[in-house]
Amino acid sequence: MALEFSAESEARIQRALEEYYDRQAALLPVLYVAQDQFGHVTPEVTELVAKRLQLPRMHVESVASFYTMYYKAPIGRYHVQICRTLSCAMSGAGAVIQHVKKKLAIGPGEVTPDGKFSMEEVECLALCGSAPAMIINKTNYENLTIEKVDQILNACD
Amino acid sequence: MSELVLSKRFGKPDSQLLATYLADGGYEAAKKALAMDPDAVIEEVKKANLRGRGGAGFPAGIKWSFMPKDDGKTHFLCVNADEGEPGTFKDRALMRHDPHQLLEGIIIGCHAIRADYAYIYVRGEMWEEKAILERAIGELREKNYLGQGIFGTQKNLHIAVCTGAGAYVCGEETAMINSIEGKRGEPRLKPPFPAQVGVFGLPTTVNNVETLSNIPHILKNGGDWFAGLGIEKDGGTRLFGVSGCVKKPGLYELPQGTNLKYIIEEVAGGLLDGKTLKAVIPGGSSCPVLKPDEIDRPHSYDSMRDVGSMAGSAGIIVIPEDTCMVAAMTNLAHFYAHESCGQCTPCREGTHWLHLIISRIEAGEGEMEDIDLLLEVCHNMMGTTICPLSDAAAMPMESFVTKFRDEFEEHIRLGRCPKNGQLS
Repeated sequence: MALEFSAESEARIQRALEEYYDRQAALLPVLYVAQDQFGHVTPEVTELVAKRLQLPRMHVESVASFYTMYYKAPIGRYHVQICRTLSCAMSGAGAVIQHVKKKLAIGPGEVTPDGKFSMEEVECLALCGSAPAMIINKTNYENLTIEKVDQILNACD
Repeated sequence: MSELVLSKRFGKPDSQLLATYLADGGYEAAKKALAMDPDAVIEEVKKANLRGRGGAGFPAGIKWSFMPKDDGKTHFLCVNADEGEPGTFKDRALMRHDPHQLLEGIIIGCHAIRADYAYIYVRGEMWEEKAILERAIGELREKNYLGQGIFGTQKNLHIAVCTGAGAYVCGEETAMINSIEGKRGEPRLKPPFPAQVGVFGLPTTVNNVETLSNIPHILKNGGDWFAGLGIEKDGGTRLFGVSGCVKKPGLYELPQGTNLKYIIEEVAGGLLDGKTLKAVIPGGSSCPVLKPDEIDRPHSYDSMRDVGSMAGSAGIIVIPEDTCMVAAMTNLAHFYAHESCGQCTPCREGTHWLHLIISRIEAGEGEMEDIDLLLEVCHNMMGTTICPLSDAAAMPMESFVTKFRDEFEEHIRLGRCPKNGQLS
């Protein structure tokens, strides 16, 4: 069955079209809207976005593939992104990453069998002054310790 | 402590709200500027010796003066909030704690360069900051501080938040322009420069968040006052971010040209656990690394250049004696290999090979020729690409290899990492 935008998504798309200079400039925001609704960006999703914005399908596909925050495969309900770059790495990010891998029994890019968690090692999050740091969905967590990570992950329901 | 300008309102209750900003005298500078001739505003900023805080340090007033006048075209201001240079976390704080300071700077900047549109390009992962800015913009629209005829003048201004989606290269101004247009974030060849052909093919200025956040203060207190806060040719204060192995990592606002050694030892409390200093990256990971005997000097654009590095984004990364420099550089080489957009061959191939070769050395599988091979690859990457990402990857590598060559050689001689990959 062909995908369709929900009423909520359509309202967000309308707002994006009013906010930006032309239709193409709304592409990055609309890809986020699509990802929020469909979970990740599949070829069917890029086709729908292309149709909605009247842009070439090729263009939408090439943009979606350029940016890492458009997920090409399913992610968990809680997507854990841990910074691996130097300031965090010097402040214990390596141990945090190992701990999360072990605790969730998944590696980067993988999803737990129940679909609850996925994890990724990411580059600098601009939280170097409060390293090590991670983002879960849209929330930042800073000054991490193993105990703190356990508390945060255990509180995810 | 010296005078706080940018971070004065940080941490105050409701510092993000328009009501508190107005109570602190907010938007008076915008009203004052809107009553001035745009060129007079540019002159004031020139007098302030404000240099771009994104990293390149180009004089902000001169950049504004490149914008055409009376060309009948729509002009744009693009605000670079795509903070992603490893070691840098100042723009996030400016947006988080004082969004109206930035927005007032944008309004004044748009008047100076005769722009009717401003796009704030916020890095994708900064969800909280995007929401804060959107709320602040909403407050301004309600009050008609944005829209048609702002502040009761003839000026029209639309400000919108644009979002990145996880590409470091979009911090480069022409890549950002492409991304704002809804394209892949690949840098454009210059010339033409954005002031002639920018976003949507129209005249555009790109300014960093910190640069613009300074503008209200310059208009309020005068360019001479601002120039007097810093050093010659380099006015104002700066948000220095200190991270790595220090007792008090964090963001510190200090006069431009504050001594780098003083920032590390006094302001950030010195090294953790009584450790000894081995190296300092003075302005984000793309800057050549400094040894301890090179840091007793002002942290300014000119002074850092004189010692062979860069002031960059003022993100200072402090590296202690027990860190393996090969492991540290391997970490950064991974970053650049991941972030190269792939458009130019020297960068796409170079960042990848630098990472492969240094990883081999770190793993104890390198050969002595690999060290000069790293330098050769660096040489082929510098000045050969459309944007500076390639140089940004090569410069730190070259400095790590040159200044800590003995550590690279030791890895190869022993066939292992003597510190077992330890980073601190």
